[in-house]
Amino acid sequence: MLPRPMRIAQITQEAIRVKTFTLAGELVADPGQFVMVWLPRVDEKPFSLVSDDPLTLTVAKVGPFSARLHELKVGDRLWIRGPLGRGFNIAGQRPLLVGGGYGVAPLAFLASRATEVSHKVAVVGAATKDDLFFEARLAASGCEVVVVTEDCSAGEGGLCTDVAEALLTEQHFDGVYACGPEAMLDKAEELCRQHGIPGQLSKEAHMRCGMGVCGSCQRDGLLVCRDGPVFDLEPETSQSASQS
Amino acid sequence: MRLRNPLVLAAGILGTGAQLLARVAENGAGMVTTKSCGPSPREGHPNPTVLDWGHGLINAVGLANPGVDEGVKIIARAKEILEPLGLPLAASIFAETVKGFAQVARKIADAQPDFIELNISCPNVSHEFGRPFACDAGDAARVTGAVKEVTSIPIIVKLSPNVTDIALIARSVEQAGADAIAAINTLGPGMIIDIYSGQPVLANRVGGVSGPAIRPVAVRCVYDIYEAVEIPIIGIGGVGDGRDALEMVMAGATAVGVGSAVRYGGLEVFQTILEEMRAFMVEEGHTNLNQLRGIAHR
Ligand SMILES: Cc1cc2nc3c(=O)[nH]c(=O)nc-3n(C[C@H](O)[C@H](O)[C@H](O)COP(=O)(O)OP(=O)(O)OC[C@H]3O[C@@H](n4cnc5c(N)ncnc54)[C@H](O)[C@@H]3O)c2cc1C
Ligand SMILES: Cc1cc2nc3c(=O)[nH]c(=O)nc-3n(C[C@H](O)[C@H](O)[C@H](O)COP(=O)(O)O)c2cc1C
Repeated sequence: MLPRPMRIAQITQEAIRVKTFTLAGELVADPGQFVMVWLPRVDEKPFSLVSDDPLTLTVAKVGPFSARLHELKVGDRLWIRGPLGRGFNIAGQRPLLVGGGYGVAPLAFLASRATEVSHKVAVVGAATKDDLFFEARLAASGCEVVVVTEDCSAGEGGLCTDVAEALLTEQHFDGVYACGPEAMLDKAEELCRQHGIPGQLSKEAHMRCGMGVCGSCQRDGLLVCRDGPVFDLEPETSQSASQS
Repeated sequence: MRLRNPLVLAAGILGTGAQLLARVAENGAGMVTTKSCGPSPREGHPNPTVLDWGHGLINAVGLANPGVDEGVKIIARAKEILEPLGLPLAASIFAETVKGFAQVARKIADAQPDFIELNISCPNVSHEFGRPFACDAGDAARVTGAVKEVTSIPIIVKLSPNVTDIALIARSVEQAGADAIAAINTLGPGMIIDIYSGQPVLANRVGGVSGPAIRPVAVRCVYDIYEAVEIPIIGIGGVGDGRDALEMVMAGATAVGVGSAVRYGGLEVFQTILEEMRAFMVEEGHTNLNQLRGIAHR
């Protein structure tokens, strides 16, 4: 599977540092799966899918590669290798989606696929109101959306995991689906344990091959690129862990 | 040294952490090899570094590694898990100079690996390191001899297929004291060009070729080496199923390395290859793998 070129059909500015690239092409993929995006002479890095048809990526500008992606115009090409990895899979009927930063991107894809699910709540976290995106997209997929900003400029103030904690105490959920910064995922894992419910957490690591060969992305013996990026937290282990 | 089965995890595949090595062993490998470790930390080449081009892989990871001081800790941790299971570990090392090899070997020996494997054959760092030592019989012997001098741990020397006479190199490292030979490292280097951008896809432009496409070359190399030396050979290159592994044994391999096949078959590939080998043995009425070793020469 060599990188395959795709033209950019549409670019949407979602927030101050976030753009969505809709490509003229599609893949068959699950929410939570990712692609390696290559720009010749620049670099190749992993990005989650926001949609597989048309293939859509949402990119936060955080460094040299994402800055180069942000310079691209409609009609320009980027190159895609994927879909790669294991994605999310909603098991129950009352999922709680928790996204921090661009972690909201794969959750939007997940919500759009979970049309049969009756009650879904999405907590969308960002640093400020200018960093917020996809609230509307998640609502359009049938989610009850709770917005959280760290500086209290929109929605509730604090961290998305604070709000998730309160929701888990007030209401019944049968699974937590989370993507975001490491500290946020650690907290989400702790919440799943406390409440004895299964979780699916999308993790990050430095990737090279993206296909489970080179071992660059290994964490505690697991390959983020192939065993993940979405990892299951089983309810049994969460129960026993909270008792120990 | 006896392995519980002939399958060995090849260097540079999943060998980056202790728990990951243990997981490969749990999945059936008879021995595991760590990612090649050098004197100091190396970032490796920028991405893209590994590609599946349809008939195998091409890679220019560029010997990314945390350096020997960290490497020795990873190996010690892996040994703690593997030793009680009776599973041996080979520590792969590289350096730019003969002296460097001896220094890294001396440090790595502290972690008590069962073997030290000398990677003198990486084809994708030649613009930095010059021609690999494995491309010259004298250089290959000098590295082997220098490492033998500083440690009593058995030495595996990993050879390159990118030479005109691999048997000559094999004989030379055997004379210098090598305890075993691993062959082959990746073929090439090769290049893949994206026709839309007109650019080589690997950031390093060139990389080592592995996987199914190189198997006939690997089998021939093992065949040639078997004619030339008495020491055991780990046959590596494109092995993906039981048939391929048996082919290596028939060419003369004592053990069989598995690398790129992990891309196609996941970690379960070790178990699958073993089962297919066993099934063949039963079907054909063979009772001992040793009886098949080198039969292509008879
Ligand atoms: C499986 C997977 C899926 C991903 N999906 C997406 C996605 O959908 N959208 C997306 O924008 N990114 C995604 N990423 C992260 C993306 O690969 C990185 O943001 C990318 O490496 C940035 O490259 P860069 O060269 O621009 O910045 P780098 O030089 O890699 O990073 C610059 C600095 O920013 C920090 N940094 C990196 N990422 C972030 C971040 N998200 N927020 C704040 N600081 C950061 C780094 O630690 C570094 O200090 C994903 C990563 C993985 C592993
Ligand atoms: C991604 C990748 C990284 C590799 N890294 C190393 C390495 O660090 N040291 C080494 O001796 N060989 C390395 N190799 C070569 C393999 O150990 C093996 O010799 C070669 O790939 C042929 O076997 P295969 O076809 O089963 O992969 C690497 C191969 C690949 C594909």
